[in-house]
Amino acid sequence: MKISVTDHAGTEHELEALPGWRVMEIIRDWDLPIKAECGGACACATCHVYVDAAWFGRLPGESEEEIDQLEILADRMPNSRLACQVLMSEELDGLKVTLAPGSRP
Amino acid sequence: MTKLHQETDAIIIGAGPCGLFAVFELGLLGLNAHLIDILDKPGGQCAELYPEKPIYDIPAWPVITGQDLTDRLMEQIAPFSPTFHLGEMAESLVKTSEGLWRITTDVGTVIEAPVVVIAAGGGSFVPKKPTLDNIDAYEGESVFYAVRRIEAFRGKRVVIAGGGDSALDWTLNLQPVAARVTLVHHRDGFRAAPHSVARMKELAAEGAIDFVVGKLNALAGAAPQLESVSVATAKGDEVLIADRFLAFFGLTMKLGPIADFGLNLSENLIPVDTESFQTSVPGIFAIGDINVYPGKLKLILSGFHEAALMSQAAFQICRPGERLRFQYTTSSTQLQRRLKVA
Ligand SMILES: Cc1cc2nc3c(=O)[nH]c(=O)nc-3n(C[C@H](O)[C@H](O)[C@H](O)COP(=O)(O)OP(=O)(O)OC[C@H]3O[C@@H](n4cnc5c(N)ncnc54)[C@H](O)[C@@H]3O)c2cc1C
Ligand code: FES
Repeated sequence: MKISVTDHAGTEHELEALPGWRVMEIIRDWDLPIKAECGGACACATCHVYVDAAWFGRLPGESEEEIDQLEILADRMPNSRLACQVLMSEELDGLKVTLAPGSRP
Repeated sequence: MTKLHQETDAIIIGAGPCGLFAVFELGLLGLNAHLIDILDKPGGQCAELYPEKPIYDIPAWPVITGQDLTDRLMEQIAPFSPTFHLGEMAESLVKTSEGLWRITTDVGTVIEAPVVVIAAGGGSFVPKKPTLDNIDAYEGESVFYAVRRIEAFRGKRVVIAGGGDSALDWTLNLQPVAARVTLVHHRDGFRAAPHSVARMKELAAEGAIDFVVGKLNALAGAAPQLESVSVATAKGDEVLIADRFLAFFGLTMKLGPIADFGLNLSENLIPVDTESFQTSVPGIFAIGDINVYPGKLKLILSGFHEAALMSQAAFQICRPGERLRFQYTTSSTQLQRRLKVA
């Protein structure tokens, strides 16, 4: 199972992903720069990513907490998500995301 | 407003779990402490970010929530009667001519001690700002992220933004004081306590306040004096006349003034030696998430261990020439007296 992550410098990385792990945790586990200050508590929005258009609609929807966090982001786009709120599963094998500027540590 | 000059053995910056436990370890050795935290409550990340989440890796607590852990630590350190300076930011650190460390906070509290313990964790909690052009220019005069004095809002037209407890609480608290309160939230759902939400809706139905569902667009007026806040709603743009704007969008962590304390830093962390957890400057220690050394694990458990070793070294600085005896709390009468159990 793999995910593809484009870092702040525009370099794409293919990462081995474990089912049940949060996408934020996978990114952090591979030492890519992601702030994720609240450790996945959906309280900081510093794990902000842009989801590839082909994948965005295939993710389970945002919770109200996630919407509240996304709301105040300066760099929010229609395909914005918090990487800590997306759980890895078989269906997401191949998921492509780009780290948003605000997730830089 | 300079508060009384105070002296103690150790000044602890940060009242997170590690700062709190440091009070205990210092207390066992007969050293007293003052704690400073920008939050208005103790507990650091445990109390602010995950009060209700269970933690599973605290020794002898198979499961304990962030708030319960904080409450237990407060109970454990009570015998040592630490002095808390909550809602204050430790802003500057200088050495006095007598060789003590002097910390001054943003509200003018001055504390001096031979030992400073930096237990600042992920940094000080600071409010998240909404992304509105030129917002900085209004801050301090018309735009705020907390209410320090209710009187400052008397007779003002106040716009409050946010959907959590702070936004709702201040909508209710300021309603009787302000000329008009308008609450703005981007949806008609809230994370706040249901009874506050119900009360807010009652007041809105009675016409005592306004509630607008919409997205903040811009601030207007000759800065720093605000005149209005414009909001995009489903029905189009609305301009809300306002003298004051309060935004409650949660908190984020920033290293803050500690970066200017003159300590060696490594990527916003403070390197320490693992024997005493002292920094590059004698008398200044760093424990918990803020420090770094080979093998460091950012765990509460590690911070507790670091507090114990730090205290041994702090004792030598605070009580030079005195011999430190190693004693167990189970058998030492001296320790039990300090704990007020013997
Ligand atoms: C969601 C989440 C889950 C976690 N789960 C676990 C877990 O299961 N087990 C575990 O061991 N750890 C866990 N952690 C990590 C744990 O919370 C931290 O290791 C711990 O809080 C560090 O404690 P600390 O006292 O060093 O710092 P903090 O808890 O960060 O407290 C530091 C305090 O210092 C204050 N401060 C900083 N600078 C200043 C200043 N200049 N002036 C005034 N005040 C200042 C801050 O406001 C803050 O209150 C988790 C963290 C998060 C976010
Ligand atoms: S890590 Fe904080 S919201 Fe995702």
